[in-house]
Amino acid sequence: MPKIVVQIDHCKGCGLCIDACPQQCIEEDSEVLNKLGYHPAKYKGQGCTGCGFCFYTCPEPDAIIVYKKDEEAK
Amino acid sequence: MSKELIKGNEAIIKGALLAGAKCYFGYPITPASEIAHAAAFYFPAIGRTFLQAESEIAAIQMCYGAAGTGVRCLTASSGPGISLKQEGISYSAGSELPIVIADIMRGGPGLGNIAPEQSDYNQVVKGGGHGNYKCLVLAPNCGQEMCDLTILAFDLADKYRTPVYILTDGFIGQMMESVEFPQPLKIDQSHKAEWAIMGNKETKHNLINSIYLEAEELEEHNIKLQRKYAEMEKNEVRFQTYKTEDAEIIVSGYGIVSRVLKSAVDVLRKQGIKAGLMRPITLFPFPKNEYAKFAAKVDNIFVCELSNGQMVDDVRLAVGKAKAKIHFYGRMGGVVPTVAELVEKITEIVKG
Amino acid sequence: MAKDILRKPGGFMDTFVYKPGQDKGNTHYCPGCGHGILHKLIAEALVDLGVVDRTIMVSPVGCSVFVYYYFATGNIQVAHGRAPAVATGLKRSNPDSIVISYQGDGDLAAIGGNNILHAANRGENITVFFVNNAIYGMTGGQMAPTTLLGQKTMTSPYGRKIENEGYPMKVVELLSTLSAPAYLERTSLDDSKNIAKTRKAVRKAIQCQIDGKGFSLVEVLSMCPSQWKTTPVESKKWIKERMIPYYPLGVKKDVIEERAGYFPPKIDIDDESIKEMLGLKKEKLFRDRAMSDVPEKYRNPQIKIAGFGGQGVLLLGQTLAEAGMRHGWNVSWIPSYGPEMRGGTANCQVNISEGPIGSPVVDFPTILVALNKPSLDKFEETVQPGGVVFYNTSMIDRKPKRNDIEAIGLPFSDIADELGSLKFANMVVVGAVLEKTKLIDMDIVKDALKEVIHNKKFVETNIVAIDRGAKAV
Ligand SMILES: Cc1ncc(C[n+]2csc(CCOP(=O)(O)OP(=O)(O)O)c2C)c(N)n1
Ligand code: SF4
Ligand code: SF4
Repeated sequence: MPKIVVQIDHCKGCGLCIDACPQQCIEEDSEVLNKLGYHPAKYKGQGCTGCGFCFYTCPEPDAIIVYKKDEEAK
Repeated sequence: MSKELIKGNEAIIKGALLAGAKCYFGYPITPASEIAHAAAFYFPAIGRTFLQAESEIAAIQMCYGAAGTGVRCLTASSGPGISLKQEGISYSAGSELPIVIADIMRGGPGLGNIAPEQSDYNQVVKGGGHGNYKCLVLAPNCGQEMCDLTILAFDLADKYRTPVYILTDGFIGQMMESVEFPQPLKIDQSHKAEWAIMGNKETKHNLINSIYLEAEELEEHNIKLQRKYAEMEKNEVRFQTYKTEDAEIIVSGYGIVSRVLKSAVDVLRKQGIKAGLMRPITLFPFPKNEYAKFAAKVDNIFVCELSNGQMVDDVRLAVGKAKAKIHFYGRMGGVVPTVAELVEKITEIVKG
Repeated sequence: MAKDILRKPGGFMDTFVYKPGQDKGNTHYCPGCGHGILHKLIAEALVDLGVVDRTIMVSPVGCSVFVYYYFATGNIQVAHGRAPAVATGLKRSNPDSIVISYQGDGDLAAIGGNNILHAANRGENITVFFVNNAIYGMTGGQMAPTTLLGQKTMTSPYGRKIENEGYPMKVVELLSTLSAPAYLERTSLDDSKNIAKTRKAVRKAIQCQIDGKGFSLVEVLSMCPSQWKTTPVESKKWIKERMIPYYPLGVKKDVIEERAGYFPPKIDIDDESIKEMLGLKKEKLFRDRAMSDVPEKYRNPQIKIAGFGGQGVLLLGQTLAEAGMRHGWNVSWIPSYGPEMRGGTANCQVNISEGPIGSPVVDFPTILVALNKPSLDKFEETVQPGGVVFYNTSMIDRKPKRNDIEAIGLPFSDIADELGSLKFANMVVVGAVLEKTKLIDMDIVKDALKEVIHNKKFVETNIVAIDRGAKAV
C-alpha cells in the first residue's frame, strides 16, 4: 500500500497538501504543535494512491515523503 | 624589439592580455572607447571574451560574474559610466571580487564634455558606492604605465581580492607614446582563485556573497575589509618624486597634471626656484607619510588638479598641522594649464 | 521519471549550512509560498539531469535572495535585477557550467528590465526562472510591474490604475517577440496539473541550456499568501481566477528542436601566437640616433599639426612620432578627439625628444604645420620665436605675419592632387618637414609608414608622396 510520511518538524501547516490530495487522506493535526509552531499535516492512515501531488505542492523540501510502494516504509 | 607607439587606452588592453585577462565587458564612451575597440579586436582573436554590454551597470555585473568564476576580467569607462558602475563596484568590494576598472576621466558634472578632467577622484578614491569600502587606485601618467600598472592592477586585485581602478584622464588615454613590453614577454596564467565558483564539484561549496544578516557578522566582515585596506596602506603605497631632495616648494599632481608640473619644475629651477615634484601613483592607498615628511620640510605645497580640488583634501589630511601651507590651483571643464601658467602660480607663492 | 519514493531531492543541500539560526532543514519562506514549490522542482531536475555539480545558481534580490541557502550547486548572490548580466559573465567565462538565474517580478521586470531584455536578445545560453507573484514580497507588499489592474498593494492602496501605472507587464509575451530566445513558457503553481506542467518546463529549460540551444525562461505564476493577505489555499484560487485570465499559460516560443546546439569553441593559443597577434613580433627598422646630428634649431621639436578633419592631420603626427621612436627617442602624440574631430578642424601635438618628455602638451610649438587658413590664424601666435611654420599655400592665401619665425609655404594639397588624391597631402608634408629639419632618416620614416597605415595598398603611394614633399622644399 502506498503511503505518505509527514516529517512533523519540517511542516509549516500551510494546508496546500491537504487541498491537493485527490483522496482527501491528509488532514491538519490540531493536537500537535511542532517545533516551528504550526499544526502539521497528518496522513489519515489510509487512502493514499501514491500520486505524489502532495509532495510536489509542498513548498518545504523535507516535509513530505511519499512511498509509492509499501516496501520502503519503515 | 617589443616597443610600440600606441595609445594609452590600447596599452591598457595589451597589458591586460599579458596579465592573462580572459574577459572584457564594456560600454562605449569617449574618451575611453579605444579600450573597448582594442579589446574587441584582440580578445576574440585569441579565444577570449569581448562583449559589449547593454549598459555600464550590466558591464560591471558581467565582470562580477566572470570574476566569480576566477578569471581575470576588466571593464573601462569614463565619468558618467563610472557613476553607473558604482552599484556593481560596491557589490564586488563586498563580495571581494578582483576586477580591474579603468576610468579615463572626462569633464562633468552631467554630460559635461569629453575633454580631460580629474573630477572623478572622489567617486573613485573615496569608495563611490554605498558601504564601507575602498578600491585600490593606480594613477598612470604615461603610455608605459598604462600597460605596466594594468598588469600590476591584476596582481593586486588578486592579491587583495578587491576591485582595482586605473584612474587617469582623457589626455593620458588618448595620447600615443612608445610602450615597451616586459622582457621576456610572459603571459600570466599562474593566478589561482581557490574561492571561485567554476561549475564543478571541487568549487561548488564556495559562495560569493555580500549579505551578512546579523549585525555582528556584518561588522566583522567590515572589519576584515578595513584590515585589508590597512594592509594595502602598509604595502602598496607608490609614488614618484622629481628633484625633491633640496626643494623649497613641493608641487604635486597626478595624471597629465604631473607631466605639466614636471616641466614646470625644470623651468622654475632654471629661474632659480628650487621646486620639486611629488606625484602619487597610488591614490588609494594615498602616500600620506610622504606628504607629511615634505610638509615638515618645506613652507609650501602646491597642488594642481583638473578639478575643483579633490585630491588636495587628502593632501591636507596627510599634512595635518605641519608647517607647510597647502595651495590649490585647479582648472575645470577640460582646460589643461600650461607650463607657463603653473610656473607663474608657483613663482607667486614662492615670492610670497 | 518513475520513482518509488518521493523525498527531498539531491539538488538540495543536506543541511542548509548558510542559513543562520538553528533551523537548517526548512526554507525561510512563508507557509504556502510558491518559491518553495519551484525550488523543489529545480532541485529535482538538477539531479535527474545530472548537472548538480556543474550548476551555478544566481540568487537575486527579493524573497529568493537566499536561494543560495538551499541548492547543492555553486552559488552567487547578486544585485537587484542584475542576475541576467551576472549570469552572462558566469556563462561566458565558464561555458561548461549550467547557469540558472532565479528572479522575482520586481527584480526581473522592474529594476532589471533592461538586463533581462538584453540577455534574452543576445540569446545567452542560460536558464531563467521567473517567479511572477504580482507583488514585491520581500519589501512588504508593494506594487510590481506584474501587479494586476485593481490589485491593492502598499503602493497602490486604491488598486492599480491604468492611468497611473499602466497595464500589468506580460514578460514572456514581450520576450517572445525577440528572435534569439529558444524557449519561453508561462506556467502556474495553482494546482497539481499545472505544477506537473511547471515541472516539465523546468526540465526542458535546463535541458535547453545543456544542449547549447540558447536562452530559455519559464515564467511561473506563484502565490505570495503573506502579501496577498490570503491563506495558501485561497492563494491558489486567486491565481486561477485572477492571474491566469490575464496571464495565459502555455508555451510562447519554442525553437529548441529546429536549432543546432552551439558550444563556444575552446581556443587554446600558445604564448608565441598571442605575441604575434599583439604585433609584438613585427620586424621593425630601428636605428639609434643622437639628437646632436639634427641641426640645432630643429632638435627636440615640439610640433603642432592642424588642418581640416579629412586632411590626415592625426596620421601625419603619428608618422613623425612612430619614426622618432625608431631613432631611440622619446615621443608623444596627442590628438584632438571626439566631436572636435568630426566638424571642422583637427589637430595633434607631437613631441620628439632625446630626454624624457615632461609635459606632452604642446602649447607653444617649435614646429607648426598649418594645412588650412583657420589653423594658421589660430596657432601662428603660439609658435616659439625661432620656430618654423610649414603652411599649405594651396589653401592659405597669406604669409605668416611674424618675422621672428621661419616660414615655409608649399602647395601640399596641389602636390597631393597630382599624385591622385588630396589625401596624400599629409605625407607630402612629412617629406618636406624631414627634408628641411633632417630630423629623421628617410628609410626609417618609410618603414614607420608600414606601421601607421593600416591599408597596405596605400603604403607605396604614400612613400612617393614623401619623396615629392622632400623634393619640393
Ligand atoms: C537597488 C535596490 N533597490 C531596492 C531594493 C529593495 N528591494 C529588495 S527586494 C525588492 C523587491 C523584490 O520583489 P520581487 O522581485 O517581486 O521578489 P519577491 O520578493 O516578490 O519574491 C526590493 C525593491 C534593493 N535591495 N536594491
Ligand atoms: S504542504 Fe507541506 S508544509 Fe504545507 S501542510 Fe502539507 S506538509 Fe505541511
Ligand atoms: S512574502 Fe510572499 S513571496 Fe515572500 S516568502 Fe512570503 S509568501 Fe513567499
